[in-house]
Amino acid sequence: MLLELRNVTRRFGALAAVQAVSLDIEAGEFFTLLGPSGCGKTTLLRMIAGFDAPDQGDILLEGANLAGTPPERRPVHTVFQSYALFPHMSVADNVGFPLLMSRRTREEIVPLVREALAKVHLADKAADYPHELSGGQKQRVALARALVNRPRLLLLDEPLGALDAKLREEMRSELIRLQRDVGITFVFVTHAQTEALALSHRIAVMNAGRVEQVDTPERIYEQPVNRFVAEFIGTCNLIDATVAAATAAHLGLDLGTLGEVVAPAAPGIAVGERGTLALRPEQIRLSARGHAERLRNQFEATVRESLYLGDVTHYSVALANGRTLQALAANSGSARAQLFSTGDAVTVAWRHDAGHFLR
Amino acid sequence: MKPTRSVGHGQRGKAAGMRSRLSRWLVAAPPSLFLALFFLAPSLIMAGASFRFPGELGGLAPLTASAAHGSDHGLTLEAYAFVFGDWVYLWICLKSFAIAAVTTLACLALAYPLAMLIAASPRKRRDLLVLLVILPFASNFLVRVYAWMIVLGPMDLLYTQTAVLIAMVYVHLPFMILPLYINLEKHDPALLDAAQDLGANAWRRFWHVTFPLSLPGVFAGSALVFIPVLGMFAVPELLGGTRDILIGNLIKEQFLDNRDWPLGAALSLVLTAMVLALAWGTLRLARARTRGLA
Amino acid sequence: MTLKLPLLWLLAAVVYAFLYVPLAVVVLFSFNDSALNAGWVGFTTRWYELLLADADMLSAAANSLLVATVASIAATILGTMAGLAIHRYRPRLLPALVLTPVAMPEILLGVSLLLFFRQVLDLTLGLASIVIAHITFSIGFVAIVVRARLQGMDEAIFEAARDLGATPWRSFRHVTLPLILPAIVAGALMAFTLSIDDFVITFFTAGVGVTTLPLQIYSMIKVAVTPEVNAVSTLLMALTLTLIAVAARIAPESIRARG
Repeated sequence: MLLELRNVTRRFGALAAVQAVSLDIEAGEFFTLLGPSGCGKTTLLRMIAGFDAPDQGDILLEGANLAGTPPERRPVHTVFQSYALFPHMSVADNVGFPLLMSRRTREEIVPLVREALAKVHLADKAADYPHELSGGQKQRVALARALVNRPRLLLLDEPLGALDAKLREEMRSELIRLQRDVGITFVFVTHAQTEALALSHRIAVMNAGRVEQVDTPERIYEQPVNRFVAEFIGTCNLIDATVAAATAAHLGLDLGTLGEVVAPAAPGIAVGERGTLALRPEQIRLSARGHAERLRNQFEATVRESLYLGDVTHYSVALANGRTLQALAANSGSARAQLFSTGDAVTVAWRHDAGHFLR
Repeated sequence: MKPTRSVGHGQRGKAAGMRSRLSRWLVAAPPSLFLALFFLAPSLIMAGASFRFPGELGGLAPLTASAAHGSDHGLTLEAYAFVFGDWVYLWICLKSFAIAAVTTLACLALAYPLAMLIAASPRKRRDLLVLLVILPFASNFLVRVYAWMIVLGPMDLLYTQTAVLIAMVYVHLPFMILPLYINLEKHDPALLDAAQDLGANAWRRFWHVTFPLSLPGVFAGSALVFIPVLGMFAVPELLGGTRDILIGNLIKEQFLDNRDWPLGAALSLVLTAMVLALAWGTLRLARARTRGLA
Repeated sequence: MTLKLPLLWLLAAVVYAFLYVPLAVVVLFSFNDSALNAGWVGFTTRWYELLLADADMLSAAANSLLVATVASIAATILGTMAGLAIHRYRPRLLPALVLTPVAMPEILLGVSLLLFFRQVLDLTLGLASIVIAHITFSIGFVAIVVRARLQGMDEAIFEAARDLGATPWRSFRHVTLPLILPAIVAGALMAFTLSIDDFVITFFTAGVGVTTLPLQIYSMIKVAVTPEVNAVSTLLMALTLTLIAVAARIAPESIRARG
C-alpha cells in the first residue's frame, strides 16, 4: 500500500471539513477524489501534501506516518489549480527548482530538466517565462516540475479547471499517457465527473466531508451505492420503489400506481424493502406509440420538453401518474425519424437488466 | 472550495506548528517591538503626561514633588480644566475643524473634475497626467509653502487667513486627487452605457452612477486631507497672522516655547480625540453609504 | 465618458497651473539677480554659489543624507518584516501599530517622541532621536507597499515552493524575496524621500544643536525670504525628481503607492 488514510478528520471551527476518512491508495494507481465544492476533497489533498494537519487520524506513506513532516520533506508533489509557476523564473528554472532544492549539482539538473520538458513536449520553451506561455503550456510546465524528481505521489488539485473545453480534453489524454509512462501514483481532485470517469483507475466520491463510495468508474456509474452518488455522477432518474419479488437473477419492483417493473438482482435485498430505482437516461428508449419493441418494462408517456444537443437529444417525458423521466436518444442512423416534439405521445421502455436498486 | 489558509494546526502537526510559530515570531517581533517602544509607549506616556503637573523649569513635575501642588498622588485635571475653561482654546479647536472642513471641500471641488478627466483619458496619457499630479507633491513640503510666500507676498495676501487656506489646499490637493482617480479608474464604462441606454442624461448618469460609486474614493481622499490639516502648525506659522493659529500651533507652543508639557499633552489628546471621532464617523458613513461598493 | 470634455480640460488646466506656477516662480527667482523676490532683473547663479559656501547649509544637508540613509535602511528591513507578517500571519495588533503613525497628524508623533526621549529616556536630542523618529513613521509606508505586492500574488506560489522541497528559509530566499524585491526597493526609496523631506517630526525631535535641510530652510524662511532659499528649494526639487525618475525606472510600484 502506498498511501493509507486512517480515520482522518479535520475541523474548521464547528465545520467538519473531513470526517473519519479512510482510504488505501496503491502504487501506480490513478486515484480520483470526486465531489462537489466544499466536500472536503481539497482539504484532504492539503493534508496529504502537508499544508494542513489532521485533527485526528493518520496519514501513512509507504507505512511511515507523515505527522509532523513538513511539506518540503514529503516525497509528494502537487500540481496546483493555478499552476503556481514562479513568475520570476524561466521554464527551465521552474522545472529545475525541486532538483535545486534537493541540492543536486548543475550537471545533474540540466539533463533531467531537458528530459522532463521533452516528456511534456515543451523542449523548445525552456528559456521562456511563464507569462509567455498559454494555459495548456503552463499546465505542462507545472506537471514537468512536479514530476522531475520522481515523487512517490503526485497530487493534482483541479488541474484542468482553468483550461477551455477543447484543451481540457487534450490534457485528459495527455495525463493518462503521462501517468502510464512515469508510473507515478496520481491522486487527482476534481468536481467534474466526466474527468473522473475518463481518467481514473478508482474514484472516491466525497460528500460533506465523508467518502460515499470508492470504486472503479464503471461501478461508480452503473452501481452507485446511494442516491447522492447516483445523482452526482451524470443524470439519473430516481424512482421510489418497493421490492415485490426477489430471485437470484431479478428483482420485481412495485412502483406504486405505475405498476411493477423488473430490475437486475442485487445481493441481500429482501422482499418488502423500500428503496429507489436508479435509471440512467440513456437506458430509456423512446418510440412512437404503437411502434415499440417488446421490452419487459414499458409505459405510455408524453413528451414535455426536448433539447437537441447534436450527438444526442435530451427528452423530458411525463408518465401517466405525472412523474417526469429524463431520457437520452442518440441521433445516429435514421435520426430524423426518431425526433419527437413537445406533446408527442410516446412509449418509454427499458430492458429488464437496466437500472439499479438502491436501498 | 478554495484552499483555506490553515487556521490552527492539528494536534499531530506539533513539530511543524512549532517551526512555523518560530518563523512567525522572527518576522513579526522586530517591527512589533520597535513600534511598541517608539510609537505605542510614547503615545501612552503622552496620555499620562496630560494628568501631571508642569515642572518648575518646564517638562513635568516629578510625581514625588507633587505635595507642593497640594495633591498627594501627583495627578491632576488642571490641564484639562485649563483647556475647557477657556473660550480661546475651544474657539481655536473649532476653527481648526472649520479650516480642515473648508480645505477638504475645496480640495474635493478641485480634484473631482481632474480625477474624472484623468480616468477618462487613454491609458498612456493617463499615466502622464498622474505623474504631473505627483511631481509637485514630491517637492519638499516647506518649499511648497515657501512658494506661496513668494507668490502671495506682492499680492498683499501674506499673513492672512486666505493665505493659510490657499496653502493648505495646495499642500494636500494630491491626497485628494489620487484616491479619487484610483477609484474612478476602476469604474466599468459599461455601467454608464447601460444608464444611458436606460434613459439617463449626462447629469443623471453622473449623479446616480458615477458619484455614488466614487464615494469610497471621496471618503478616502477626505480623510487623507482632513486629518493632516487638523494637526498642521507650519502653514499658519509661516503664512498666517497672529490670529490665524490652529490647535497645532497651540501644541507646538506648549512643548517648545512655554514648556508647559501637561497642557501640551492635554491639547494633543484633544486633537487625538478629534481625529479618532472623525475617523470613526467617516468609517461609519463610508460603511453605510458604500455597502457592497468596495 | 460623454462628459463635456472641453470644460473638464479647462478646469484641469487651472488645477495644473495652480500646482505648477508657484514652484516655477521659485525656480525662476533662484536665477534672478536681485535680493528681492519681486521683478525679474537678470540671470545669475550667485545664489547657488552663496549656497555652496554656506557651512550651516552644507552641514544640514550632510545630516539629512546621513539620517535618511540610516533611517531608510532600518525602516526598509523592519517595514518588509511587518508587511510579510501582516500578510502571512494576520497578527491582530501589528497592523494598527504600523498604520497609525502613517495616518495620524505628524505633530502628535513628534511631540509624543519628544516627551518620550526627554522625560523617559532622558536622551539628549540629536541625530539618534531623529533617526528613530524617522524609522517609526517610515515603517508603515514600506509595509504598505510590500503587503500590496504580496496581495497581488498567487498564494499557491509559496506553497508550491515548500511542496517542491524548499525549507521556509530557502522558499523565502528563492521565491518570496525575488518576487517582493521591487516593492522593497520602492519602499526604501519612499522611506528615503520621506526622511529627507520630513519637517514636522524632525522639528520636535532634533533638539538644539542639530539641523537638517528642512529645519535649515524653516529657520531661514521664518526670518526672511531670501533668494538663497529659492536656490536650495530648486536643488531639493531636482534631487526629488531624480529619485522619482530612478524609482519609476527600477520600481514602478513606488509611484503608485504614494497615493
